[in-house]
Amino acid sequence: MTTWMTALAGGVMIGLAATLLLWLNGRVAGVSGILNGVLFPSTGDTAWRVAFIVGLVVAGGAYIAFVPDAPQPRDDFSRLGLLASGVLVGFGTRMSNGCTSGHGVCGIGRLSMRSLAAVLVFMLTAMATTFVVRHLWS
Amino acid sequence: MKRYILAALASGALFGAGLAMSGMTDARRILGFLDVFGDFDPTLLFVLGGAVVTTTVLFRFVLRRGSPVLAETFHLSNLRHIDRPLLAGAAMFGIGWGIAGYCPGPALAGLGVASTEALWFMPAMIAGMGLHRVLKGR
Repeated sequence: MTTWMTALAGGVMIGLAATLLLWLNGRVAGVSGILNGVLFPSTGDTAWRVAFIVGLVVAGGAYIAFVPDAPQPRDDFSRLGLLASGVLVGFGTRMSNGCTSGHGVCGIGRLSMRSLAAVLVFMLTAMATTFVVRHLWS
Repeated sequence: MKRYILAALASGALFGAGLAMSGMTDARRILGFLDVFGDFDPTLLFVLGGAVVTTTVLFRFVLRRGSPVLAETFHLSNLRHIDRPLLAGAAMFGIGWGIAGYCPGPALAGLGVASTEALWFMPAMIAGMGLHRVLKGR
């Protein structure tokens, strides 16, 4: 399969996964929110969150490791860049209550204006940041 | 309860496999998409497009039900306001995403193959989430 076909098929799988979780459990498949509930358990509904994260890590890892021609992760990015980026992603997704999955895949799917606003902001700031880092910085 | 947890596991697994298949676990592809003024790579558009079209169509049917299959109610955010924390948090997330190309889902999938970059990124992301928690005073 060509890149755009696997990209589209993978995207549909992500959409189906989010639909499954909403249909069966009534929960939004927002990765940052689910992970937050695992790391800082509060309400006693931690088990399903752990199950979702385990499924994501194991199936994602297994696909990368065992499927022929699976896209492989990059491994040579600046460590300092990864640390700074991680702190911003962690803080920002908690402050805005969602990331690419919660606001992007699920929020837009249920036509939430809040999520649409969040997606526009993080897309544009991400593009501006990549521009600065790749074209002005170096 | 058991089926509720299995459903979350299945959804997480499908989500993780979709991320890996679509190539979103390769941060080079993400930065290639965000780099609109450089060597633009449209792959992410197919992924997000496939996912969002799927949820937009299927969520309508799911939410038409009075309740999810395995639970009593849908857990959806009832926030409506587009406020400053939403926009500022989304901007911070966008800056972090634009630096290294990781959002929470793909970083978790990368942990599944013990990707070096995911191992640097994730602790910083968790620290960022914890920092937000501390500053918010909870």
